[in-house]
Amino acid sequence: MSAYKTNNKVVAWIEERLPIFSMLQHSAVEYPTPRNLNYWWNFGSLAGFMLVVMILTGVFLVMNYTPNTHMAFESVDRIMRDVNYGWLLRYLHSNGASMFFILVYIHIMRGMYYGSYKAPRELLWWVGIAIYLAMMATGFLGYVLPWGQMSFWGATVITNLFSAIPVVGPHIVTWLWGGFSVGNPTLNRFFSLHYLFPFVIFALVFVHLWALHTVKSNNPLGIDVKSPQDTIPFHPYYTIKDLFGIGVFLMFYLSFVFFAPNFFGEPDNYIPANPMMTPPHIVPEWYYLPFYAILRSIPDKLGGVVAMFSAILVLLFLPWLDSSKVRSGKFRPIFKQLFWLFLADCFVLGWVGAQVPSPNVTLIGRFATVYYFAHFLVILPLLGKFEKARPLPASISAPVLKGGGMAAGAHAQPMEKA
Amino acid sequence: MRKLILPLLAAAFLAGAGSAARAHEGPELLHPGFSFEGVMGRYDPAALKRGFQVFHEVCSNCHSLNRVAYRSLAAIGLTPAQIKSLAAEREIQDGPNDEGQMFMRPGRPSDAYIPPFPNKQAAAAANGGAAPPDLSLMAKARKGGPNYIYSLMLGFEDTPPADVKIPDGKFYNTVFPGHAISMPPPIQDDVVTYADGTKATKEQITRDVVTFLNWAAEPELDERKSLGLEVLAFLAVLTALLYALKRQIWKDVH
Repeated sequence: MSAYKTNNKVVAWIEERLPIFSMLQHSAVEYPTPRNLNYWWNFGSLAGFMLVVMILTGVFLVMNYTPNTHMAFESVDRIMRDVNYGWLLRYLHSNGASMFFILVYIHIMRGMYYGSYKAPRELLWWVGIAIYLAMMATGFLGYVLPWGQMSFWGATVITNLFSAIPVVGPHIVTWLWGGFSVGNPTLNRFFSLHYLFPFVIFALVFVHLWALHTVKSNNPLGIDVKSPQDTIPFHPYYTIKDLFGIGVFLMFYLSFVFFAPNFFGEPDNYIPANPMMTPPHIVPEWYYLPFYAILRSIPDKLGGVVAMFSAILVLLFLPWLDSSKVRSGKFRPIFKQLFWLFLADCFVLGWVGAQVPSPNVTLIGRFATVYYFAHFLVILPLLGKFEKARPLPASISAPVLKGGGMAAGAHAQPMEKA
Repeated sequence: MRKLILPLLAAAFLAGAGSAARAHEGPELLHPGFSFEGVMGRYDPAALKRGFQVFHEVCSNCHSLNRVAYRSLAAIGLTPAQIKSLAAEREIQDGPNDEGQMFMRPGRPSDAYIPPFPNKQAAAAANGGAAPPDLSLMAKARKGGPNYIYSLMLGFEDTPPADVKIPDGKFYNTVFPGHAISMPPPIQDDVVTYADGTKATKEQITRDVVTFLNWAAEPELDERKSLGLEVLAFLAVLTALLYALKRQIWKDVH
């Protein structure tokens, strides 16, 4: 790191008292980044961008939203009709939630394929899981706010999961509701927490970045940075690459906002909540579907809840469950195949979660659930012991600068099309 | 190629989950093809006006439209004078006045469309026990949206299949969940007479009123799609420039 120099007197005055400019110089400009990151590494910054979009649109939506069971639905409808560009704000926010999850799921899968959870990045991975959990909670709370039929019944079903806890379960549910059913106190506290959690996520993102900048980015080869030749400064190389990524992503995101704004939504949520009328088929938002499938695959209620939470918590142990010393899936011929199989399994679970339960669907769901856990608890611990990894390149710059020819061959040129 | 697999899988999954969530229950819906479908689709102004006439003369005798204000009908081409006299057609309770009395007054443009019944109970009592639902958001609140409403309106049949028992006072409908609907068939040929000379077949009338109901649910549709095209055109140019800049900055790294 070079010392921060400036000729600007104002900047120097501030810098002496609060070294914000040198920090930016250090963390956002000079930050040495592996030169071979491919486009899968765009999704972290994209998720950060999406978080900002969600907070901004959310803050303006709140100015016109009323968290009261008699007025919430009407206030959202008023946003759609009478608030200037209210429809745009709301569709940006509701589709944004789905986009945020798409980005984060790709980001997580990137980490899983390239072994980004392995030493020394275990805490970075843990903070990421904490962010993901906070996102799940925030998404659920937010879906309740418009107080449509799916809001109300989704809230009823999900909060009732806690009643499965022995002895204290029903008391916990009453405590969560602030009453004896989902009602106005529930809506009020969900609104309060839905406004709070994004800022918790924001703080966690800073911890995530702090940990990242301490251990530095992983890369598609999964080998450590060995010399300055292996890295390039973050700015301008990755700032422009991330900006380009944001441009592409915005076109995808806004296509939904402008042309299919209710694609991810449920028509039932345009019917005001009615506690006396249960919709024929209650489904959670798509991003919970794989876990919903796991919940329903277990015939016992408590067992289902435990399995559902375990499905996420098992990720915490991933750094130790994966016994291979090689980080990148690129050099693990069997792992690579099993990774795609695991991903396919997640999609199968997602599909099962959206179906009306039937014997066949339940059977598929059970197989997929068993495979989900087997991937973490059986396959990954054993695979590292038996799999023969392909030889790793000597350094990041070697295959990149020599244009391949290493063992990595055709795969070792991720920047080729960049 | 591999780079494409994940996005493709994700897209397939999302489409699958979307259609899976939408697919169950209900028979095939009719797809008459509305002018407002697709990226370039916009509301047909003439159909909106005719559809409003149908709603006003037929639907509004039983159904409310609580979320649409009279004033917003300016967007489908009603003049301020027309809106004013339209609003004044029905009376609404207001008050209390300075003497503490509630009173009836004619509707104003700022009022929401005045419902035909004072409350849900009155609506149910006058309609065989089933209150006609509010139509403001109907085009967004049913799977299939406008196609569902269109199919429902044309889905009435005089004689139900042998295995279906329809209770007294209900009607057989091929699309309605459970097939026994409380609404009598509302649309026949020439139930309205169009001022613009359009032939009032029941298909035409249904298409027009569904167009109006979709406008009632999504009044922003025209503006949304036009703005969307501008935004995406801008982003396409911006992203292309960013890509060129990225190539330029990165060219000596390889």
